[in-house]
Amino acid sequence: MIQPDMPRTWYAPTKPHKFCPGCGHPLILKALGEAIDELGIQNRTVYGCDIGCSLLSWNFFALDSTQTHHGRTTPVMVGMKRARPELICVGYMGDGGGYSIGSQHLVNSAIRNEKITLILANNTNYAMTGGQLAPTTLPGQKTETTPFGRDPELTGHPTMGPEMISSITGEGAYVARGTVAKYRQLKGFIKKALQNQIEGNGFSFVEALSTCPTNWRTNAKQTWNWLEDKMGAFYPVGELKSPFRKEG
Amino acid sequence: MDKPVTGTKKVFMTGNETVAWAALAAGADIMFGYPITPQNEIMHYWTRLGTKYGRDFLQTEDEISAGFTVCGAIIAGKKAFTATAGPGNTLMQEPFSMAEAMRLPTVAIIQQRGGPSSGTVIYSQQEVTLTTYGGNGEGHRIVYSTATHQEIYDYTIKAFNNAWKYRFPTFVLGDGYQAKMREPLEIYDPEARNIEMVIPSPLVGLPGRIGIEREPQHLCNIYSLEDELYEVVLQLQAEYDRMAPELEEYQCRECDDAEILVVSHGVVSRSADDAVRFLRAQGIKAGAFRPITLRPFPGRALREILQTGVKKMLIVESAYGQLARLLQQEIYGENVPVETLLMPGVGIIDADIISKVKSLIH
Amino acid sequence: MRLVRVVLAGEGGQGVQSAAEIMAEAAYEEGKQTIYIPNFGLEQRGGVSIAFLQVGDRRIGAPKFNKADVVAALSQRAMARTRIYSGPDTIFMYDSSFEVTEEDLPTQYNMILDIPAVEKSKELNTRVFNVIIMGAVLELTAMIPVEATRNALEKKLGYKFEKNPELREMNYRAMEVGRALVRNRLKGGEMVCASTT
Repeated sequence: MIQPDMPRTWYAPTKPHKFCPGCGHPLILKALGEAIDELGIQNRTVYGCDIGCSLLSWNFFALDSTQTHHGRTTPVMVGMKRARPELICVGYMGDGGGYSIGSQHLVNSAIRNEKITLILANNTNYAMTGGQLAPTTLPGQKTETTPFGRDPELTGHPTMGPEMISSITGEGAYVARGTVAKYRQLKGFIKKALQNQIEGNGFSFVEALSTCPTNWRTNAKQTWNWLEDKMGAFYPVGELKSPFRKEG
Repeated sequence: MDKPVTGTKKVFMTGNETVAWAALAAGADIMFGYPITPQNEIMHYWTRLGTKYGRDFLQTEDEISAGFTVCGAIIAGKKAFTATAGPGNTLMQEPFSMAEAMRLPTVAIIQQRGGPSSGTVIYSQQEVTLTTYGGNGEGHRIVYSTATHQEIYDYTIKAFNNAWKYRFPTFVLGDGYQAKMREPLEIYDPEARNIEMVIPSPLVGLPGRIGIEREPQHLCNIYSLEDELYEVVLQLQAEYDRMAPELEEYQCRECDDAEILVVSHGVVSRSADDAVRFLRAQGIKAGAFRPITLRPFPGRALREILQTGVKKMLIVESAYGQLARLLQQEIYGENVPVETLLMPGVGIIDADIISKVKSLIH
Repeated sequence: MRLVRVVLAGEGGQGVQSAAEIMAEAAYEEGKQTIYIPNFGLEQRGGVSIAFLQVGDRRIGAPKFNKADVVAALSQRAMARTRIYSGPDTIFMYDSSFEVTEEDLPTQYNMILDIPAVEKSKELNTRVFNVIIMGAVLELTAMIPVEATRNALEKKLGYKFEKNPELREMNYRAMEVGRALVRNRLKGGEMVCASTT
């Protein structure tokens, strides 16, 4: 059997990785790795990861990397970028870290148009802690803390992250939502989000719709259906803001 | 670029302005801050002075962010600092605790205000426990408690140097009075006084091609196994213990033959000094002991002084027993009765101490 | 010299803090030990503004103190707020235009002294009311030479004096007026003198 090549910026000694079978994280991280390869920025990129399943990527890359606290990856990367603007600072987090506990940092660094790149995995639950309600949990979706399904009357509506970010960022920001179901498109978004930082245009943000069969308690087919049908219907995929001219 | 301070200069300024000058002289690269009284003027002076000397500033969305941006800048290899007080200090315990775990040399100026909660914006010594032992850790920090503007200048410079030398989060613990009052001091270029300035170094963004000339840096802060964490904390403790004797600082006034020893720290120690002078003039054998480092606490020195015939100790602080707790754990087993004068959130003058001492004698 | 302690208090905008700062600067330039600290609280404006000033030859201890040598209340409200700083040795000074009640006055004092500073400031310029008070405090305490205070005024307001030299004269005159008010009042012997109660 022929295995496809790993991205050069994947760190071989930490492979195979520790994500569950069917998890979407490795696909997002593969897209990020390939994008970094193609842009040739491995030696000046710093990778910061949040707490949650995103943490399992802390030594995933052959990149200088740091762990932080839950929700605090954004300010750590902001501080790093402000201190050394020549570095390409990439923060990786889940929906809880970005939209809940770290939302004040996300909102304010977006408003300040910080020249960093954030990639946020949306799998509609807090996965590492055992599948609790996340800001992105869909209406009616069962989680450990909404065992009868999310009732928007009680817990509000899911956070529309990229929509929010695109409305509060200034000129030069790049905002997109991709999905692991459309890998090439997702990789394109992530690459542009990095290119945008290289050019120093503004805040760059990509939400990636991702899968969590372990906590969704789904088999392969159900997982993909949930991602493409349920999440795909609720969360529109595409670029919301881009300083780059549309191609074609 | 010109040095912000050359040679030595006599000045008359507030404590907050002094901090800004000291941070400049210490070579601080960037400040992150969030407004809270009584530290605001540190940011005001820093933003004005810093621009002249190519230093940066960012006003963050809150104190949590101020602390973590400081961590980020330090990971990237820059001398970064922040300043806060009261509820802001509470919020910053989260980033300070990361700094403890990851050995990040954060520098923070704490201008204590009244507590609990929002308390007052004015003054207290109620952030001793928080600053020395805050966070979900073991208090592996360096804390300097200053008493004069000269010390604010000296110890802010020292804080940067020792933070980067020993790589523990370092604090200059002031208060609202010291922040807002004006008094004379000398500012100087530390290098002209042969103070060795520690050069910062990065943990990420290092030179060399990854995988060819060097391995990638993976900075860890959370552990899979309890045994791994155990090793890490024991290592931290061992290094802290090794460093402690080099760092402990204290001051004594008339301790040699003192029968009643007044123990205080920070701005209150000024009143204690005056009180001792007054009491001595009346023939009362009083002495004053003042820890300058609250972490590590100069417990060894205090124990030695207690051996010289001290009959009673009087702990004086603008808090309800925060210094007293620190001190009592350090001198556990000593046989000297401890009295207290505890005035949380208000200033203490020499007359308060004098009358307390007299009440203890008679 | 022995340590001199002064409390200045008034309404926000009356220039209480500026007056204290100028005297502190003057003392510092004279090589004295000095500490000046404003009271500061939640209000940026409004409320009574208080300045604590100490001048001496030896290093000064606590930045605040319980009893002052001179308390100068620049507004009626400031009297009630600062009477607690008056002790057996304190000169408690206020403006003769205030309608004073028992509750405004301290129970302990060395001397209670009212001077017509508001009235005089109207003849000069109400903006220099605080400088008149400064002159009065300097006359009462003799803690800093007049010349040093003039230099400190120059340092603080020099940029304004450059544009409008009359302002300089007005400030100098205000200081002299303050000093004269105290001298005349003390000569008059009409003020309340009492021993400690």
